[in-house]
Amino acid sequence: MTPDRDALITGIGLVSCLGEGLDAHWEALDAAGGFVPVVDTARFAPWPVHPMMKLELDRQIPKRGDQRQMEAWQRIGVHAAGLALDAARVKGNAALLERTDMIVAAGGGERDYAADEAIIAAVRQAADPGATLNERLLADLRPTLFLAQLSNLLAGNISLVHGVVGSSRTFMGEEAAGTEAVRTACARIAAGQGELFLVGGSYNAERPDSLLINEAAGVLWKRPSGSSADGQAFAPVWQRQAVGGGMVIGSVGCFLVIESRAHATARDATPIARIAAVATDRCRRRPGEAAAIADGQLAALRPALREHEAAVVSGASGVSAPTSEEAAFLQRLGLPVRAAATALGHSVEAAFPASLALAAMAVEKGRLFAPLEAAEAPMPGELHQVLVTSWGLWRGEAMALVARA
Amino acid sequence: MVEANLDFRGRPAVVVTGMGVLTSLGQGQAENWRKLLEGVSGIHRINRFPLSGLRTTIAGTVDFVSVEEPSAPALTEAVGALVAEEALAEAGIGAPGDFPGPLLLAMPPVEMEWPQRLAAAAVAAGRNEPVTWMDLVHTVSDGRFARWHERFVFGSVAEHLAERFGTKGSPIATSTACASGATAIQLGVEAIRRGEAEAALVIGTDASVNPESLIRFSLLSALSTRNDPPSAAARPFSRDRDGFVMAEGAGALVLESLAHARARGATILGVVEGCGEMADSFHRTRSSPDGKPIIACMRHALEDAGLAPDAIGYVNAHGTGTPENDKMEWLALSAVFGERAGSLPTSSNKSMIGHTLSAAGVVEAIFTLLSLRQGVLPPTINYDTPDPALPLDCVPNVAREVRVAHAISNSFGFGGQNACLVLGAAQ
Repeated sequence: MTPDRDALITGIGLVSCLGEGLDAHWEALDAAGGFVPVVDTARFAPWPVHPMMKLELDRQIPKRGDQRQMEAWQRIGVHAAGLALDAARVKGNAALLERTDMIVAAGGGERDYAADEAIIAAVRQAADPGATLNERLLADLRPTLFLAQLSNLLAGNISLVHGVVGSSRTFMGEEAAGTEAVRTACARIAAGQGELFLVGGSYNAERPDSLLINEAAGVLWKRPSGSSADGQAFAPVWQRQAVGGGMVIGSVGCFLVIESRAHATARDATPIARIAAVATDRCRRRPGEAAAIADGQLAALRPALREHEAAVVSGASGVSAPTSEEAAFLQRLGLPVRAAATALGHSVEAAFPASLALAAMAVEKGRLFAPLEAAEAPMPGELHQVLVTSWGLWRGEAMALVARA
Repeated sequence: MVEANLDFRGRPAVVVTGMGVLTSLGQGQAENWRKLLEGVSGIHRINRFPLSGLRTTIAGTVDFVSVEEPSAPALTEAVGALVAEEALAEAGIGAPGDFPGPLLLAMPPVEMEWPQRLAAAAVAAGRNEPVTWMDLVHTVSDGRFARWHERFVFGSVAEHLAERFGTKGSPIATSTACASGATAIQLGVEAIRRGEAEAALVIGTDASVNPESLIRFSLLSALSTRNDPPSAAARPFSRDRDGFVMAEGAGALVLESLAHARARGATILGVVEGCGEMADSFHRTRSSPDGKPIIACMRHALEDAGLAPDAIGYVNAHGTGTPENDKMEWLALSAVFGERAGSLPTSSNKSMIGHTLSAAGVVEAIFTLLSLRQGVLPPTINYDTPDPALPLDCVPNVAREVRVAHAISNSFGFGGQNACLVLGAAQ
């Protein structure tokens, strides 16, 4: 492949519990006194969540009417997308936006919890539950709520608010949606099927339906029973494994502007980092299967890996089986590791783009941020490359190599 | 690769070697095609759930496929598997459970539904009344509803289909609302063109008619309320059209590079010549009044196919039968085809099968390919009162024998989604 077809990250929009933008994230991750996680242990107790910072939405979504038409996951995503477009100097440039290809990794939107609770109460007391359900849905559902829930309406709102119209595609499927979005964009750039992409997703952890689907599978971490001490209300990803493992979800919005080197050079854009490789796959998660995929992905990119100047940003969710398998893989690899989910929480569709953002930021700075917990080794030397992993909690195996631009 | 296997831009030409389809008209290409040409409607009164209080009581539900623990993703997956089996049998590609390429899936968004919420509420009620949403979360902690996780994550329909048919790599499940099917085809075409795959399995499937989904569309005033008789409700391009009819269905295509298809001696059913897209930034549910995005979308597809508008002999319209869509689609057709627009055959399958939503792009691409292959255009039924503002040739009420070499299939959706395919007859 010619360098012209390199996939460069030229803009990042990242919002999370740690703040807005790369600088705020670096400051939190590399804080002088050590990393302090931002966790809300009370609101959804016994389940901790990483809450979204307070967003100044007016800066990215100027029309209040637009804000009202969206639910939180969309507002987070549209805000992050705007930051990415700003950072890449694409915002407001109609000629560029008209040929910006967008791939959004999305789940679905929030329900109207109060309406649902009223409907449940009414239907449970009804002589004719079916008729009552119809009657209450007709009366209680806001017409616009549908559009705030539809998966493709995060992309739709980005088109509407920021004018990204080259194309608009939404991928669904939890972590795999995020990994495929990035892989597809990079593959299209390599093949000359596109020059300029906006890729990312958003996740709102602060909602009961996000908790419900994951709690049904028993994959959420919660305060060990019998413990009431605040200090035990949260544990970082690797330390969590000793107390059963589990996932702490986090609200995150992350979008990347990814473009060909040829395109970036022609418009004099400043690259943050390069996505040197990205591979995805699936397996049924029988023991060892995900590790075999990771071994294969690593073997394919090993010729490009500069091991003495590389580190890992892991997408490990904290859920016991995949996280312990990944931990063993990473131990064999022997590079310094940072678990993104300790810092941001696990953000499902947004997780892989967010890990890439942290990786790109570190590569640009030329050094890895400080360990997030005792199990993570410091990296005093220079950083040139970051290997980014994704082992979704159920599916979504991927690996990327982020290198200096 | 020999030049004859490339398209006009030197990319691998992409052909169709297998098709499977299922709608409210029935299962399989043969039954669907026969009924489409006869002008039969699959729209009927809903019998899946109580209808009291609803303004719309009709749909094109698929009632002849049953699943355990019914839910939208369960039925969506089941009908998706049936069409894939038909397409794979026709293509004769790979081995059972071993398809040599990726899966691109168009499907509806997923969430837990009212039966699940009410089941959890029934358990929670022992502890707390009235039941709150957080009570539901506590209720599932004991693992009694563990199976809901796999059923209601967004990834499991694609995962199960990938596992069953042995497709390669991580499957992509896409949603671009009512353009999803066309987007999935486009993803497959792109993968083959860039040499990433020699074959791709594309499935568009949607079986999501339930009280809440119906009511959501109803609250947006998108649905026809002409309930009696149900077969007359979907009236694309008519002056008295009053909305679309929700429907279920699925379609599957086996896409292959022409080189791969020829090398294995496969029968080529048609060609995907071009794909176009353009998002609309005007409004969440309405098209830009100047029609610019859908005009550009069709023009992009023609450019991608290397064809002038004059080469197109048939348009398989998005044609939902909403006042807005049909007006905007005509505006776009007039811009793209000029004076020819009025005489260019343009029919809507939705007049008979309703709007199969996420599946529509694949289902209608299959019917377009059958039109090219058989030399017959399915009609737009229920065309009794022409709309003078839409002076198009909608192939009114009766199928028409016409040999066509190239056709367009349009798909437009909420959220400013527009996708257009140019399909060609096999040489």
